[in-house]
Amino acid sequence: MKKIEVKDLDLFYGDVQALKNVNLSVEANSVLALIGPSGCGKSTFIRTLNRMNDLIEGVKINGTVLLDGQDVYKEVDVIELRKRVGMVFQKPNPFPMTVYDNVAYGPRIHGIKDKKKLNEMVEKSLKAAALWDEVKDRLHKSALSLSGGQQQRLCIARTLAVEPEVILMDEPTSALDPISTMKIEELIEELKNKYTIIVVTHNMQQAGRVSDYTAFFLNGEVIECGPTDQVFYNPKDKRTEDYITGRFG
Amino acid sequence: MKSKLYDKIATIYFYVVATLLIVFLISLISYILYQGRTRLNIDFLTSPPKFMEVGGGIGPQLFNSIELLIITLIISVPIGLGAGIYMAEYAKPGLLTEIIRLSVETLSSMPSIVVGLFGLLVFVTMTGWGYSLIAGALTLTVLNLPVMTRVSEDSINSVPNSLREASYALGATKWQTIVKVVVPAAMPGIITGIILTAGRIFGEAAALLYTAGMSSPALNFSNFNPASPTSPLNLFRPAETLAVYIWKVNSEGLAPDARQIADGASAVLLLMVLIFNLLARWLGSSLYKRMTGER
Repeated sequence: MKKIEVKDLDLFYGDVQALKNVNLSVEANSVLALIGPSGCGKSTFIRTLNRMNDLIEGVKINGTVLLDGQDVYKEVDVIELRKRVGMVFQKPNPFPMTVYDNVAYGPRIHGIKDKKKLNEMVEKSLKAAALWDEVKDRLHKSALSLSGGQQQRLCIARTLAVEPEVILMDEPTSALDPISTMKIEELIEELKNKYTIIVVTHNMQQAGRVSDYTAFFLNGEVIECGPTDQVFYNPKDKRTEDYITGRFG
Repeated sequence: MKSKLYDKIATIYFYVVATLLIVFLISLISYILYQGRTRLNIDFLTSPPKFMEVGGGIGPQLFNSIELLIITLIISVPIGLGAGIYMAEYAKPGLLTEIIRLSVETLSSMPSIVVGLFGLLVFVTMTGWGYSLIAGALTLTVLNLPVMTRVSEDSINSVPNSLREASYALGATKWQTIVKVVVPAAMPGIITGIILTAGRIFGEAAALLYTAGMSSPALNFSNFNPASPTSPLNLFRPAETLAVYIWKVNSEGLAPDARQIADGASAVLLLMVLIFNLLARWLGSSLYKRMTGER
């Protein structure tokens, strides 16, 4: 089943075209990795899926993005969309609040006030983000006291607490050490049972390890998209092969 | 090797400057406190002033200063913070925004006597309130709004954008993001703004001469009728503050101990500012810690 379908998507920052005629679809409960050199539009692309680009002045978007067949720019309310499509950023960005309040932030803004319900959601989300055992004794300490890797898993837990359907991850491990990276990768592996995940990465091995599908971006275009094995071992396009084998980028 | 020499010279320079500054401040503060030491007692702090004889206190003036501070903060903090939030979060870059910013900057360097005369014209005369606490509070609001606005704007701008993005990405509205994430994160800076504002309220004389007035009715603290001129709750009574009183006693005081009164009042004013600063800092940081969980 197609969770997300993108059709003929163009995006302009003022006069600069950052995405050119992108056509891409994402299977439900799979992991799609977006690879490509810096500045090729990967981050810009995932930010069109939860309309984060709306926040940037002078962005113009043509084309359609469908979530479960609904046009996210026309038929879905942006608040509702961001509830359904969560996002984890490149640099861990926990709020300067307690661990608990970070995770409870989403449910609270969506109107959940019941203490018991909140406690349950916080525990469930932290467990799902494989962080519960490390923080259960300091839920009411500042999130900024956690290590970088823990902070990033906290951000994942915070996203999960809103109960999204899709999770976008923008180079979630690029600021982390190898052990934290491994934990996040294991987590992605688990999460895909329940969620559809799109992950931007600069790390070829990571794309190979965690993803079912891979899309290769170059200068704002999708050069190739397909099952990860095929894109990695049997690329159809010469440019994909050059990039994967490390000839550029 | 030259760079090392320059590094040494710079280090020495900064140490010398800092030392000079600290020595200067400490001697100034100790001088003021030393001069006023004989008057730092409960009687001086609570009794009303006398005009022709020895032994007057500063009770009403001290109380007026504190009341004026509270009233002014109640008026100016919401407006200044609101304006700061508007400038930082809502205003689009453009001509209008630039004009507002330029006006705010110009206003913030306006001489306080000019603001005082504006207050006289608008809040004293046009409203028909006469010399009154409320006229003084509104004048001080005009005086302080630019600083409050500017400081709020700066501290809100210094909140990293990644926090706003995180909030939006969870489906928060702009208002929720501002109230729950941005303002709390900017709190330390906002507190600094309030402290700066409060310091000016305590210390301001020129803007109050013709607005809050140069006299104070004897206050009756058991009088809770806001319409009565001797009630501390009456915002429409003249309310001479400590700073104004110091100026008045110094320039036209008829009491034989006018000099000692001025010295004592100066010491009290200094201590008040100090106490308020410490209190505001403590309150601000405990508020911040409660919100951030850094306990």
